[in-house]
Amino acid sequence: MSSDVSADPVHPHVPLDEEIGATAAEEGSLREASLWRDAWRQLIRNPTFVIGSVLILIYVFMALFPQVIATQGVGRGLCDTAAGAQPPSSEFIFGLDEKGCPYFPRVIYGVRPSLIIGPSVAIFAFIIALIFGTLSGYYGKVIDTVVARITDIILALPLILGALVLITAFRNASPDDPETSPVLRVLTTVFEWVDGFTNVNGIGLVVFTLVILGWPTMLRLARSSVLSTKGSDYVEAARGLGASDLRIMTRHIIPNSLAPILVYFTITMGVVIVGEAALSFLGVGLQTPAISWGLQLSTAQSRIQTDPHLMLFPGAFLAVLVFSFILIGDALRDALDPKLR
Amino acid sequence: MGRYVIRRLLLFIPVLLGATFLIFAAVFSLAGDPIRALSGDRPVPQSVVDQLRDEYDLDDPLLVQYGKYMGILIDDDTGERSGLLTGDFGVTLRGRPVSEIMADKLPISIRLAFTAFVIEAILGIVAGVLAALRKDGFIDTLVKVSTVAVISIPIFVLGLYAQYAFGVELGWLPVAGVRNGWQSYVLPGFVLASTSLAYIARLTRTSVIENLRADYVRTAKAKGLSRGRVVGIHTLRNSMIPVLTYLGIDLGNLLSGAIITETVFNLPGLGREVYDAVQRQDGAVVVGIVTFIILVYMTANLLVDFLYAVLDPRIRYE
Repeated sequence: MSSDVSADPVHPHVPLDEEIGATAAEEGSLREASLWRDAWRQLIRNPTFVIGSVLILIYVFMALFPQVIATQGVGRGLCDTAAGAQPPSSEFIFGLDEKGCPYFPRVIYGVRPSLIIGPSVAIFAFIIALIFGTLSGYYGKVIDTVVARITDIILALPLILGALVLITAFRNASPDDPETSPVLRVLTTVFEWVDGFTNVNGIGLVVFTLVILGWPTMLRLARSSVLSTKGSDYVEAARGLGASDLRIMTRHIIPNSLAPILVYFTITMGVVIVGEAALSFLGVGLQTPAISWGLQLSTAQSRIQTDPHLMLFPGAFLAVLVFSFILIGDALRDALDPKLR
Repeated sequence: MGRYVIRRLLLFIPVLLGATFLIFAAVFSLAGDPIRALSGDRPVPQSVVDQLRDEYDLDDPLLVQYGKYMGILIDDDTGERSGLLTGDFGVTLRGRPVSEIMADKLPISIRLAFTAFVIEAILGIVAGVLAALRKDGFIDTLVKVSTVAVISIPIFVLGLYAQYAFGVELGWLPVAGVRNGWQSYVLPGFVLASTSLAYIARLTRTSVIENLRADYVRTAKAKGLSRGRVVGIHTLRNSMIPVLTYLGIDLGNLLSGAIITETVFNLPGLGREVYDAVQRQDGAVVVGIVTFIILVYMTANLLVDFLYAVLDPRIRYE
């Protein structure tokens, strides 16, 4: 394990001269840019990355402007309750759902919760992982031991099972009860605000739970790349020049350990989106009237014999979204981490 | 090795206690009223409330409750240690021992996990080896493309599609339930195995390709051994180390993570029971089964690490 973290070819950014003066610092930032520019040049020539990015852009467009694609919107007035579920036809390309509503706009609008949850969980997990991973890798000793044990504990909980228990516990808790802790009361208020702000019922709690269970792997990555950078000559040099711990961490260690975390960041978004869909499918994630693929699949399951189109469309949209994140993750890994090629 | 085993065992205990305590605390302490956490919003008869308070020692501090629940501390009522570690998992809202429910459900989960394990081990390794032997050939491309596709499709979507294709349209296999003997486990087994199958195929492929380039394989070829022997004995034996590790870790996953597959295919195993218990808000069952699953999962991971150390003498632990 320890043999492959030394001699890292990914990090040519060696800002030795930064401490000397403003001109040198400028030069340092130029060289920093060139690492990412190299990666970028490689990425745009990689068909995997291009396909993945184009797909993601289409999904982002769908999430931002669903009314442009599904012009009729998702109002209840469009629904023909008497008609019930109908297979795709020339009038309704995705057919009608079990309430007689056109299915196409509902599938299109379903991308929004996924694209809110994936990135936001990944960002929060990233912040936790970066702060505590850096501290734990840099200082070692007690802080490292404590962080490592907490990480082990969270990793011992299977994702869906752990999320199921945590979410249910939070839902059953009542903020009005005088025995309820103030922290919980604050959290509940925040969740309600987030749900109202995004107009997706249940999203606050889902994001919170997935962050709680989602940071450990990223933290381990952050910690091990900090460990591999910590002993390098430029860090020693900066320390010799009298740089503070904070400066060494923010200017030298973190920029040089970002690459592997960034790769995992992309993968995490895919994992989280699947996790949310699975939780909603099980009935504990997002709640109606939220429009989400997981909820649609949950309804579709009981109608699999009669109305297979209800599961076909949201399932396919979800799979292609996850596929795009995997493609981008693969491409980023190739560009930023030549070791893994 | 001895010191490594002892160190790992010493780390195992606090992590196990921490993880199970987290679950226990989430269910028993997050809600203001633990009875609500155990029973949900439904009105519960006073007799059941008293029984629950007594069973879970709800009048004690949380840590003491947990200690008694796990069977680490001595229970006041019985005067002896009786808890999860001694096989007492508590009782359901209807007064049925949770361990009885688990004894009912566990065989189904084990059958499902075993089916999935056999499928992913055999198909994964065969696909990986075939792809590696003809690198960049047809089979290799097929394996590469299909593994990405399989990894992309979330397991419950794959489950629904498989149910529809093989159960409803083609009618080859039962759609759901366990009424059809071993046939009931084929489709869920494949679905549960799918992601790991893809990873095992890729892992085997990478590992075999790497070892085919190794010096000892060249030596074996040079001294005139048959291709079958070079590949089958020399290369495979060394290539299987990472694959075996993955399979071992996955056995823990398969036993613990089947909640979605069991729900989709309506298999009344442990995962399905947790799901049902959450729906009917029976906290005792949730805590009991989840704690048990964590125990299995962590033990499997620990054993794999030991197995790994035994299999690969190059790995040295301090």
